[in-house]
Amino acid sequence: MAAITIAEVSKIYHGNVEAVKSVSIDIEDGEFIVLVGPSGCGKSTLLRMVAGLETISKGTVTIGSRVINDVDPAERDIAMVFQNYALYPHMTVYENLAYGLKNRKTPKAEIDARVAEAARMLEIEPYLQRKPRALSGGQRQRVAMGRAIVRKPAAFLFDEPLSNLDAKLRVSMRGEIKRLQKRLGTTSLYVTHDQLEAMTLADRLVVLNGGRIEQIGRPLDVYHRPASTFVASFIGSPAMNLIKGQIDGGSLHVGLYRIELGGRAPVEGPVTVGLRAEDLKLAGVGEDAMMFQVDYVEELGAQRLVHGSIEGQPLTIALSPETPLSGDLAVTIAVDRLHFFSPETGKRLERGTSFASEAPVETHRLETAS
Amino acid sequence: MYRTKIFDHVILLFGVFIMVAPVVVAFMTSTHEAADIHRNGLSLTWGGHFVETYTTVLTREGGFTGKITGFNMMLNSMILGLGFAVGKIVLSMMAAYALVYFRFPLATFFFWVIFTTLLLPLEVRILPSYEVMNTLKLTNTYTGLIVPLLASATGTFYFRQFFKSVPDELLEAARIDGAGPFKFFIDVLVPLSRTMMAAIFIIMFVYGWNQYLWPTLMTTDEGFFTLVRGIKQILLVWVGSNIPDYNEAFALAILAMLPPVMIVVIFQRWFIKGLTESDK
Repeated sequence: MAAITIAEVSKIYHGNVEAVKSVSIDIEDGEFIVLVGPSGCGKSTLLRMVAGLETISKGTVTIGSRVINDVDPAERDIAMVFQNYALYPHMTVYENLAYGLKNRKTPKAEIDARVAEAARMLEIEPYLQRKPRALSGGQRQRVAMGRAIVRKPAAFLFDEPLSNLDAKLRVSMRGEIKRLQKRLGTTSLYVTHDQLEAMTLADRLVVLNGGRIEQIGRPLDVYHRPASTFVASFIGSPAMNLIKGQIDGGSLHVGLYRIELGGRAPVEGPVTVGLRAEDLKLAGVGEDAMMFQVDYVEELGAQRLVHGSIEGQPLTIALSPETPLSGDLAVTIAVDRLHFFSPETGKRLERGTSFASEAPVETHRLETAS
Repeated sequence: MYRTKIFDHVILLFGVFIMVAPVVVAFMTSTHEAADIHRNGLSLTWGGHFVETYTTVLTREGGFTGKITGFNMMLNSMILGLGFAVGKIVLSMMAAYALVYFRFPLATFFFWVIFTTLLLPLEVRILPSYEVMNTLKLTNTYTGLIVPLLASATGTFYFRQFFKSVPDELLEAARIDGAGPFKFFIDVLVPLSRTMMAAIFIIMFVYGWNQYLWPTLMTTDEGFFTLVRGIKQILLVWVGSNIPDYNEAFALAILAMLPPVMIVVIFQRWFIKGLTESDK
């Protein structure tokens, strides 16, 4: 068990391709950190640098009190779980679990004890004498985790371990990984492209984009205060709606609609406005509202996603399935639920700190000339 | 589904006939006496001299020097075939391991150099090879018989392709599990390659067993004669006023066929597995 410090780490491939750009993360002892981002964002490369499977071009990685830049993967005191499990196909489950210990000259009795313990924890005891070929995907994944557990490493590294499982199994394995990590208290670094996995597993998640960190934070913080349009559109399902707007004199203009911001406008001028699908509500009678033109509806059972547009800008709204639908919907949103981003940099624009209350939004239809 | 018809069976049976008939003829003829064969030609009936002929062939000391038996020749062939097959597998596996798993300058270039040696079979380079062996005083040794034939572009190529298809994660997992290059090779790659090794073993064993030209050049000492050479020898030695020992030549040919056939039969399942699927 140990803290991991990743300090200004970069990965530069041949031809000056920078896959990871000066990334710094402080991981506390026992923390579960999830690296999340689209494919090609450098998350796997970063993990592999910590594992020692890729060389570190710049910066330092420290596990515990040891800088491990030039330490052999086997000596780093880490264990890794791979996406395709990477079990040795010719060895039995027992041999798979024991192989790493055997190479470290662990006494036979201790190997037996540790394998038995891990097998009990993961409920793979009945399969110890089987070959991986004779196991299902979920069982193989357990064996892969068992191989990590028996080593009792300072840190677990997970490289998209659930991607090869079917959806249902993925959910149950997700829960199991979380439980196991809490129980063992081992520092973990987990890579995934699935934002849901990231949200549910992480103590803190790290959103990566193009080799850079977009945001580090606890899942709900990231969800509620995304640091950029990238994070806003990546975290959360459905993705946050991003529409173009204009702030003039303290109120937000979206097309012909005007929303009073109550003196808490972040800037003047054009902005990108972020609206969570579930923050948009149907307007009550007499409330100021924006007209939402329904395009099509996705039924999810517990909720329904209504796709459409306001003033020609595409938008998705999450509504309860009981809500009656008509061609056009009058929708409204609480002012403090609005997110603002700079249209040039995509960075979050903070509003004035003087949040009063959940003031109802004031929307006015501007008088049009014709 | 396609249902086999009578005509398909006719074609197959015809094929079987063409393949098997010469062997049957050789076997049947080998049980006759030499004089019979000389008079009546090939025979399809049982001659009744099976035990004598085969015992003679296996145990009588023949040749000019009279110190080589059929059994010795079989042993020599076995040493050549096994040494050849095992040596080739070991060498080409190690070469392929170096080519696939180690980054060294000009690796691809070296691979193609190895590959182009396919264009240089033994027959083409037989004079220089002989010269080298002669200078090293390795004529009339098993080393001289086997070593010059070991380099195998085919084997290297097969193993290279196979190693390339082994997932990288396996290597990475092994590295994290503390296995160095040697351990990874022995503990992971070799067991994974078992079916491949069996397939190549068959091909190479038969190839080595059937070598004729190289052993003929390399060995003048009859103690090193192989079966394939022995067949020829029988017909040469007793030519003269005597009738050649056709029966013994046929018997030897049958004996020479047995080990390769047995190897193929025994390893057949692995052979097919090795060429069609991999154990990953």
